[in-house]
Amino acid sequence: MTETELNELRGLNVGRAVISDSGYQATSLALSMYRLAQWLRSPRPYLMLIGFAGFLGFWYLSVEVWKLPRFAEMPGPTQVLREWFSTDPTYGLSIFVEEYYLHIWVSTRRIAIAFFLATAIGVPLGLFLGCCQSFKKNAFPVFELLRPVPPLAWVPLAIVMFRGSETPVIFLTFLASFYATALNTMLGVESIDVSYVRAASCLGAKRWQVFRHVIVPGALPFIFTGLQISVGVAWFSLVAGEMVSGQYGLGYVINTSYTMVRYPTIIIGMVTLGIVGYVTSAAIHFLGDYMMQWRTRELALGGDR
Amino acid sequence: MSVQPLPAAGPARMPSAHLAVQTPAVRKGGVRIVDAVKIYGAQDAGILAVDHCTFDVPPGEITVIVGPSGCGKTTLLNAIAGFHSLSSGSIHLDDEMLCGRGKLKAEPGPDRIVVFQNGALFPWKTNIDNIAFGPIMQGRMSRAEAYDKARDMMADAGLRGIEQNYPGEISSGVRRRVEIVRALMNNPKILLLDEPYRALDSLTKSVMHEALLEIFYKNRVTIFFITHDLEEAIFLGHRVVIMTTRPCKPKKILDIDIPHPRDYSVLTTKRFREFMDETAAAVHEEAIKAFAAGEKER
Repeated sequence: MTETELNELRGLNVGRAVISDSGYQATSLALSMYRLAQWLRSPRPYLMLIGFAGFLGFWYLSVEVWKLPRFAEMPGPTQVLREWFSTDPTYGLSIFVEEYYLHIWVSTRRIAIAFFLATAIGVPLGLFLGCCQSFKKNAFPVFELLRPVPPLAWVPLAIVMFRGSETPVIFLTFLASFYATALNTMLGVESIDVSYVRAASCLGAKRWQVFRHVIVPGALPFIFTGLQISVGVAWFSLVAGEMVSGQYGLGYVINTSYTMVRYPTIIIGMVTLGIVGYVTSAAIHFLGDYMMQWRTRELALGGDR
Repeated sequence: MSVQPLPAAGPARMPSAHLAVQTPAVRKGGVRIVDAVKIYGAQDAGILAVDHCTFDVPPGEITVIVGPSGCGKTTLLNAIAGFHSLSSGSIHLDDEMLCGRGKLKAEPGPDRIVVFQNGALFPWKTNIDNIAFGPIMQGRMSRAEAYDKARDMMADAGLRGIEQNYPGEISSGVRRRVEIVRALMNNPKILLLDEPYRALDSLTKSVMHEALLEIFYKNRVTIFFITHDLEEAIFLGHRVVIMTTRPCKPKKILDIDIPHPRDYSVLTTKRFREFMDETAAAVHEEAIKAFAAGEKER
């Protein structure tokens, strides 16, 4: 019997065939490249292109060819693209205009600040809620009551509470993110199998060591799910906030373009939001993969957990 | 697949030095359970899980507890490990009282290490990080010492080449072996195994039994093993304690005189069949009682 067969019998190479052949250890970069190559080889990217083509085709046909009555005021895709990539845009906003990037920058900065605050407060609070049952009994009902209040309902109070145009918007953006992060972190702590905590205490870990080596890493998958949701709702309430107050930002662009009848610019704002929103969400996903190698490997290799 | 050679460790590394240390002159890890009672809920209206349970776990031997699922065996194990308190009675480990009058809950500690039913290797730590975890947490070894010893012990247990893998990347049988090595890293007096092979298929199980015996012959650590599988119990145990179903107390204690070291040929011997015949009826009777009780509760 060969060494390979023997190892197979011992179950030593289960799930390691691809990456760690000959003892080579996968780095996160190698793993990402591997997954990218797999993705390009699968039919998924091409199906995705068909999806986009179908969407654009429908838009083009209904607005510019058939001129359906409902779409009378809608700008068509060629008009939007021409405006978007024009060096001299009719309505003042294209990729060659400095102001366009200022709007993106202002929105992204607000998201970054709000998201950072929401994570910095939400994760520790969630961990504490999950660990300390008596604190949870006090604080959680309040939390549950405030959570369903939509960020839009906070607009008047936010404007009254905070001066200027910047802080109310950041506050609104923060709010939705914070709930998503804190709640998911708490659920993450509660999802941890009690065996892990017991095993750690058997092995001699003190309370804070259990916290650091079991509670935090054990809750991490849920925390990152929370952060994904958090960044999504952050964009949602950011646009709502920017429509109400502020002088810059993509939400502001969409709203003022509407009042000033610059319809193609509305679409440019929307598409830009889509792209920037997707990039932030992908960045969180990537960070999660990087910080949870164990999970990435299990999933990538079809581990049996 | 080629096996990765071990990276060179520190110059002072002596292979298998720990084995010599672990062969004790005096056997340790004997547990004495006296009059243990556990009631869940209020004292008068609660559920009696363990009822005046008294027996010994001899040091340096394997004691197997057999009983139907949900009979209260795990409650007993949790009391020894220090996860739960007793309602009354006492448990001693060698000369030290773990719990008893005035202190009904034992402190969990590295002298009694539990191997859990569904496995409790930390999935977010690599196998070697898992194994080195105990001594580092206890502050008993430096990181370098702990990793050296972990590497030696893994090589010894035939687990070379998976040090940097995560538990999720190896098969469940290998995971159990890693978990037992993690326990042995701490020189425990007693290993508490809570149906560790329950989720494995019967072929893997038979491999795991021999692996466990091999580890036992090498380390002579006392083993407290819970199962509902009678064949497993008689094959592994020096002593088999058959429990009644809820409340749990010893119904029959057998000393299995089949000589160690044992291997799978034991299963077909006449003596083994005699032990099976002697105990099967008792276990079956309890299983029926447990089943009937389960029906009533629903």
